[in-house]
Amino acid sequence: MSSSAPKLCVADVSMTFKTPTGAFHALAPVTLSIPQGRFVSLIGPSGCGKSTIFNIIAGLLEPTGGRVLIDGVDATGTIGRVGYMLQKDLLLPWRTVLDNVILGMEIQHVPLRAARERALPLLHRYGLAGFEYLYPNALSGGMRQRAALLRTLLFDTDVILLDEPFGALDAQTKLKMQEWLMQLWSDFSKTVLFVTHDVEEAIYLSDEVHVMGTRPGRIIATIPVPLARPRVRGSVLSGEFLAIKERCLELLHLDPTASEAVNEAA
Amino acid sequence: MTVQDTTPALRARAMASLQRAQATHQTATPAGKPVRRLPVQKDWPTWALVAAQIGILLGALSLWEIGARTGWIDAFFWSQPSAIAETMTVFFTTGDAWTDISFTFRSTIIGFLIGTTAGSLLGLSFWWSRNYAAVVQPYVICLESIPKLALAPLIILVFGIGLVSKVAVATALTLVVSTLTAYAGVKALDPDGEKLFYSLGASRLQVFRKLVVPFCLPWIISVLRVNIGLALTGAIVGEFIASQHGLGRAILYAGQTYDIALVWVAVLVLSTLAMVMYATVSWVESMLRKGVRQ
Repeated sequence: MSSSAPKLCVADVSMTFKTPTGAFHALAPVTLSIPQGRFVSLIGPSGCGKSTIFNIIAGLLEPTGGRVLIDGVDATGTIGRVGYMLQKDLLLPWRTVLDNVILGMEIQHVPLRAARERALPLLHRYGLAGFEYLYPNALSGGMRQRAALLRTLLFDTDVILLDEPFGALDAQTKLKMQEWLMQLWSDFSKTVLFVTHDVEEAIYLSDEVHVMGTRPGRIIATIPVPLARPRVRGSVLSGEFLAIKERCLELLHLDPTASEAVNEAA
Repeated sequence: MTVQDTTPALRARAMASLQRAQATHQTATPAGKPVRRLPVQKDWPTWALVAAQIGILLGALSLWEIGARTGWIDAFFWSQPSAIAETMTVFFTTGDAWTDISFTFRSTIIGFLIGTTAGSLLGLSFWWSRNYAAVVQPYVICLESIPKLALAPLIILVFGIGLVSKVAVATALTLVVSTLTAYAGVKALDPDGEKLFYSLGASRLQVFRKLVVPFCLPWIISVLRVNIGLALTGAIVGEFIASQHGLGRAILYAGQTYDIALVWVAVLVLSTLAMVMYATVSWVESMLRKGVRQ
């Protein structure tokens, strides 16, 4: 792996779905290049193809055009190369939290005992101590998301995709989970691609924010976030932060269909 | 209590305005509003409930016995409790009660196990291939709509008058129910769950073993109690048509020889057998549910 090659590269990826009424362009050619260890967000209105991009990167969808490169190697249409956390936590109700978290390792044929031994200290360290042997239905929404995220992390890929992981949480829990995610990210040094509707969340967490537009889904702007890390909550009120936020909201407004997302973010 | 603390003048004024309000209200609805309280049922103690239940049984039995003795009830057609009790003793001491019970029990259980297992596997297999499911599904639905008991004479002809034919009828009744229920489970599977597994690099076999089967287990379990009843029905009908043993055959034989007391005895034994099997399956079901933790 040469140091110059980006960790994840989405090269001219486009997607057209055939529908009874004709072809639907879900994605115009989209290009993303993400270096190792970066935290990058995608924001945009509903239907701008954020989830389509994720499904293509995860190999669950074959793009109509373009390629996905991981470490410079073509990974288009191959599964199991990136960790993918979907909007729902999708914890299996018949497995304990511990056995849910090791699902990825289990599928990769890591022996159960070894997988559990690896997972236990992490559960303890990242706020799930005492919940290891409970079933998911006994957990709160925030705890379930923690378990789902640890499952994604323990799958042990360099790149992880997070699709609105905190979308369904209440405001308080959401803030706590953002801090928690920052902690995990700095501990594990993963490359993260994050989708959210929440402009403030995107800026607060990311090194770079890509603003997307609809019909067809495309990236209309890329905004770097040069705020120093580790960031503190107060930074969301700084002039620099507010300037970036204003810029993002403006870009979302340019797109006439984007008002929905802006309302949600406001 | 606070009302008493207010001055008499205030109270008088309040009463006056209240009466005025009631007066205007009554002119609005001349009939007035009926005063109604929440109906409250007082639960009887357990012993009273049990006593009432036993009382009804004993009362009905004595009425039956007295009616038969005095001639109100035709004992030839309806028999009477004392005769039934006598026949019961004979049935268990000198008759082939245990042979019949064991025959019916075996055909029911074997048919239940084969039908439930094969049906569940068939239903689960529809997950494996959408094309295969689309091809086979119409046949399953046809099979569902056929009254399987109508096929019983054919089954007896093919499988003979022994145990195998009774097992076959019981299987025919239970198989389709299990198939459709397991398939309903497969259809209720969240596609995002499969997506998660595939994003983790799972093979189809892994998705099947670790997601589809555990997810559908509660569906499969939920049908066990229905199936034990169906299997018993199948076994009895099989015995009605042609058999050398079994409680169904005992009932048919007793009816044909006008031994009405024996009909009652066989029906009673059959009901007991059904209750025992139902209770056992319910217990197994609750154990499985605990294991599956749904």
